[in-house]
Order: sequence, then structure tokens, then C-alpha cells
Amino acid sequence: MLLTQTGRLGWDPFAEIRRMQNEMTRLFADVEARAATQAFPPVNLWVGEDSLVVTAEIPGVAPADLNLTVREDTLTIQGYRALPVETDSVAWHLRERPYGTFSRTVGLPFRVDPDKVQARFTNGVLEIELQRPEADRPRKIEIKAA
Amino acid sequence: MAQEITRPTGGQVSRTFDGGAIASTRPLFQPRTDIYETEDSIVVLADMPGVGPDSADITLERRVLTIRGRVPTFEHDRYRQVYAEYGEGDYERVFTVSEDIDRDRIKATQKDGVLILVLPKAEQAKTRKIAVQSS
Repeated sequence: MLLTQTGRLGWDPFAEIRRMQNEMTRLFADVEARAATQAFPPVNLWVGEDSLVVTAEIPGVAPADLNLTVREDTLTIQGYRALPVETDSVAWHLRERPYGTFSRTVGLPFRVDPDKVQARFTNGVLEIELQRPEADRPRKIEIKAA
Repeated sequence: MAQEITRPTGGQVSRTFDGGAIASTRPLFQPRTDIYETEDSIVVLADMPGVGPDSADITLERRVLTIRGRVPTFEHDRYRQVYAEYGEGDYERVFTVSEDIDRDRIKATQKDGVLILVLPKAEQAKTRKIAVQSS
């Protein structure tokens, strides 16, 4: 995997140190990357005047295996990501994709109307549009001059 | 056996096109990938959410396999982003394949944001079973 130029120069005393250094760098790069993406699925939140859009990256999950629930100002995304293949029957070279059941609860900036939720799932991206209930909308109050 | 040959340090790199000029500052991501080998093929699964079936681009040049995916920009008029856990950008990842691949029978499918690539091994690369005869 790692190529060192030992052929021409003979024994390279620093090859092992370099190799270890590379390994360490790689190890910590992995830890960092994993810690940042631990919550599955990752979500983005967009706010409009009286509505919200939540997007989530959920590749490899069939829409039928996704479950969405809305309660007051929380949104829960649940689902199941199946293993692509029987693990024992194949030789794995790389395994980075998470699998299994997942559940994610997202706190929303305001209460939403559970009857007015629209969700779309395109190419592994879930997009949920939520509306603020009529009664909760902020009202502009006119100030009268005395 | 397939192995990754690039690994950016910061998770994203600026993108350059063939001319070498920076065409866009959109981030470029490495898709999370599973690779497994069966008796007669190598299967690559890459998570590329947002990439449609027509926006993935796969090339196999000698032993270098390159996967690319373009993600359309997500437009939200009247909305502003207040929270983000993932960035939007395109995908790219390069692997070296050490097995001989039957190029004519490569199959690629894109479903629910996952690219599934089946690379059938060339006839001569398949492991031959040698029967041991008892004397």
C-alpha cells in the first residue's frame, strides 16, 4: 500500500517512522470525520416567514422504510437501512456506510401544524416542509398615536 | 481488491476543471463507500445523496476507477438557512482496482442516492479451483 524508495538507496531508516506518521494521520482523520457525522441522518434547517424546510441526507433507504412524526415543535425521522449483502458470503474491502435502524429527533424553532406537512424524497434526499399554525403566527400590532 | 488512492485532509477540496482554472468554489466530497468481492465480481456502493441517475459519471481507465456525481443546487426562495450538518457539493472518489475487469459487462445503477457498480472479473482473473485427486 505504501511505497517507499528502498530499492535504489538500500535500507531507509526513516521509512518506518514515515509509515507510522502516515498511519497516525490517517487514524485521526478518520476519528474526526466520524465524530462530525455521527448523527444519522445529517439535517439542514431552513426558515421562512411562516414555514420551515428540513432536509436530510438519507441515501439507500426506500421511502417505504422511512417514518416521519411531528409533534408540536419536534420532528422525528426514523428508518431502517438494510445491509447490501449477506456479510459472510463476500470478502469486504471497504466498509464505510452505516446500516441498521436510525432515529433522529430535530427540535424546530416553532410549533408546526401536523396536518400541513409535506415530504418529498428524491435521490436519497428527504425534504420536509412544515407550516406554522395560523393561531401561532406573530401578529403585527399597530400603535396608535394618542 | 480495490483500494482508495486519494484522501483529502479537510474533507473538501476546491474543484478544478480540465483547463486547470478554478471553475467553481463548490465543495467536493468523497462519498462513503462499501466495496465487496464475490466469486465473480467486485461490487462498489457509494452514498451520493442528491445525485440523480443521469448525473453520475464513472470511468475506468486501466486500473483507475473514478466515480463522480453532480448535485443540483438546492434552491429555496424566501428561506434562509439557520442550521447545517451537511454541506452541498459534488462527489468524487478514485480507487485502484487490482483485478482484471470485464469492461463490457460493467453495470451501474443509481437508486435512492446510492450508486451501485458491479464490476465483473475477467475470465482469466477468476480463481480457478484445482481438484486434488487422491491416488
